[in-house]
Amino acid sequence: MKYELQLKNIKEGFRKDVENLSQQKISNCYQCGKCSAGCPVAYAMDYPPSMIMRMIQLGMHDPVMSSNTSWYCVSCETCTTRCPREIDIAKVMDTLKIMAQAGKYKLSENEIPIFDWIFLKSIELTGKIYELGMIGAYNLLSLNPFKDVYPMGLKMILKGKIGFIPHLIYNPFEVIKNIRMFNAIRKKDRERIYEKNV
Amino acid sequence: MARIGVFVCHCGTNIAGVVDVTRVAKYAGSLPGVKVAVDYKFMCSDPGQNTIIDAIKKYGLDRLVVSACSPRMHEATFRRTAERAGINPYMVEMANIREHVAWVHSDDKELATQKAMKLMEMAVAKVRRSEALSKMFAPIEKRALVIGGGIAGIQAALDIAGAGYKVLLVEKEPSIGGRMAQLDKTFPTLDCSACILTPKMVAAAQDPNITLLTYAEVTEVCGFVGQFEVKIKKKAKSVNSKCIGCGVCTTKCPSKKALSEFDEKLAPRKAIYTPFPQAVPNVPVIDRTACTFFLTGKCKICEKVCPTGAIDYTQQDEFIKEKFGAVVVATGFDIYDHSNYGEYGYGEIKDVITGLQFERLISSTGPTAGHVTRPSDHREVKNVVFIQCVGSRDEAKKRPYCSRVCCMYTAKQAMLLKDHYPETQAYVFYIDIRSAGKNYEEFVQRAQNEYGVLYLRGRVSKIYERANKLLVKGADTLSGAQVEIEADLVVLANGFEPKKGAKEFAQLFHMSSDQYGFYNELHPKLAPVETAISGVFVAGCCQSPKDIPDTVAMASATAAKVCALFAKEKLEVEPLIAGVNQLTCSGCETCYNVCPYSAIEMKDKEVKRGEVRHVAEVLESVCKGCGACVGACYSKAVDLKGFTDRQVLDQVETATAPITDN
Repeated sequence: MKYELQLKNIKEGFRKDVENLSQQKISNCYQCGKCSAGCPVAYAMDYPPSMIMRMIQLGMHDPVMSSNTSWYCVSCETCTTRCPREIDIAKVMDTLKIMAQAGKYKLSENEIPIFDWIFLKSIELTGKIYELGMIGAYNLLSLNPFKDVYPMGLKMILKGKIGFIPHLIYNPFEVIKNIRMFNAIRKKDRERIYEKNV
Repeated sequence: MARIGVFVCHCGTNIAGVVDVTRVAKYAGSLPGVKVAVDYKFMCSDPGQNTIIDAIKKYGLDRLVVSACSPRMHEATFRRTAERAGINPYMVEMANIREHVAWVHSDDKELATQKAMKLMEMAVAKVRRSEALSKMFAPIEKRALVIGGGIAGIQAALDIAGAGYKVLLVEKEPSIGGRMAQLDKTFPTLDCSACILTPKMVAAAQDPNITLLTYAEVTEVCGFVGQFEVKIKKKAKSVNSKCIGCGVCTTKCPSKKALSEFDEKLAPRKAIYTPFPQAVPNVPVIDRTACTFFLTGKCKICEKVCPTGAIDYTQQDEFIKEKFGAVVVATGFDIYDHSNYGEYGYGEIKDVITGLQFERLISSTGPTAGHVTRPSDHREVKNVVFIQCVGSRDEAKKRPYCSRVCCMYTAKQAMLLKDHYPETQAYVFYIDIRSAGKNYEEFVQRAQNEYGVLYLRGRVSKIYERANKLLVKGADTLSGAQVEIEADLVVLANGFEPKKGAKEFAQLFHMSSDQYGFYNELHPKLAPVETAISGVFVAGCCQSPKDIPDTVAMASATAAKVCALFAKEKLEVEPLIAGVNQLTCSGCETCYNVCPYSAIEMKDKEVKRGEVRHVAEVLESVCKGCGACVGACYSKAVDLKGFTDRQVLDQVETATAPITDN
């Protein structure tokens, strides 16, 4: 057995937190497994979606948040379309990611959160994706600095597919607006997550 | 001057726990006309009733108010009590201070007590103007109508006929037998469905008390318990009573365009046909939408080959009107149409079939004579996937209920498949196994352990067609694994839904049905076969999905209810009906138009000497006392006995006055 369900492992408000944030009634899930059956990336997940739903019902926050399931979700929404209990499972997966980023629960130990974070940071600071900076930062932070540098990276640089200077949006003052917007959203997310915890 | 007695019940702590009953009784004593007011622990008990009788004798009371539970619960009890003490039973009023006060206002005892006092005061105001009424009697037509010739209808008809009463059994299709005739075997004993059903069909046909009316539909109903008047449409069979059932016409008919309803559209059928070989009555009908003669005006082959000259192309739909004392509704079910399931091919993939189609495939009387082959290319099957809960337990498809029998019939079909073809493999995708019933769980276990049917816990997400095979993508949630099976045939365990047009049919009888269209019983536990319309009973799957044993039990229960009704000489009817004061009636016919029971007759009558006028008259045996005419009357000429305008206005006045209690 991977995990023992004990009182000390359970966080009471976890299910409520997820339900409130995602506006989905997870307690409705009756474990038919249709979401897991149709999921195109379930083979790579630690737990299939239906199992994550069950773990949320039971308040097993630790394995849910540390699993890679929500990070591997590609938001194709096959599960959402077919769920007979009308739960938006893709939205629940998004919610789990937001909750992890906000730092209330433990973050999964894989590199996807790092990628997501750098991707968004790049958009926040330049208004567009700065490929070279993003790849460099991602490689450094994921402790794999020479990933894809040779031969693919080199070829792309030589062909001019990756520029050294970031592309900026036409009006550089918009970037300030952009950063403000990002901060506002981040603050709102955090407020929603921590406020519901009381 | 009225002499009223008020009796306040504690109902244990049900009422007394919230309402200050002694205060209510004390307040009652202060009201004008009230000679005695007492409270007691259980008014409905024997000592409680004796208190009432003693008080009536001691104080010479002529009217009673009982402040207790709802009239539905105990009004009849206290009316009998009054009758025993020699008072007219309609001089009793109930004030409902349990359901309407104690149970719903337990949070505020003071206000609850005040409401109880007010309700009691209103009842006193009403009873002051009560008039003595006497019970009325109506005759009973001792003949039953059974609608639907499936196993439920057949069983009900046989049981009623067995008690010696006449029955008319109406069936929409050309033969009785219904859904059960389509099945191959029955769970959990695996005995042949037709072998146990056909003797009952024959018995129903031969019983002198049962009249069969196949290919007929009920189109209109009026009347009430004991006196239903029903209009039945006999659809034109185009074959008259000279038919001897030789079957030459059905073999010679050249038309093969229509698809057999009995074989679930897996095989063609002729335009003149009997649904299946053991049909009762064994008389073919012509389907006019498929018959070459009716479409083009040429052919008439059946007429030429018929040895008795029984074919009659000129036959017309015929309407008959008959009277019945009671009606058993056993109209059955349809199975869920899976064309709503996009992930299962929108009903377009030929090799994805319904459970009922599989029954026909594996039945020796079916279109393939019992060989299970793929409907698309008629090849033998190797891997067969069964999917449960299609159109059941699915909120997204608006079918959240469990259809109860799919788990069992899937296990049965998987077993039959392994029995006929031991080299095949059967897979069953399920969510939960619901096998509550005698020997049911053992049956499912046998399918898994003895027959080697592989049960996988999970719902199938998608069925693809790939290279002549069906790719079934499912999951086994118990192991957390995704499952992919290359199947030759997929059998869906379609759930039950009400017969098409069930809601419109319910309208004929004014029956109520739930949001899906299943008919509502009167009480889910204590009156499971009665409906809100007295004299109309429901049996079988038109009420809810159920298996054959439950259906037969329910059908016999309706028969018992019908027989109990017919055993009475006459029917007691409440005298709370409308009456017209013909002196003030203006003859405007408004009441005649609003009456839902057609209980008002317009007559030219001499109301005063020498003055003949067009006035309304109430047919006492038809009036149900709904009061629609009272509200509609412009000249206030109609009044409802037991609920006169004066009584109701007095109640309103009392309700709006403040409580004068210190």
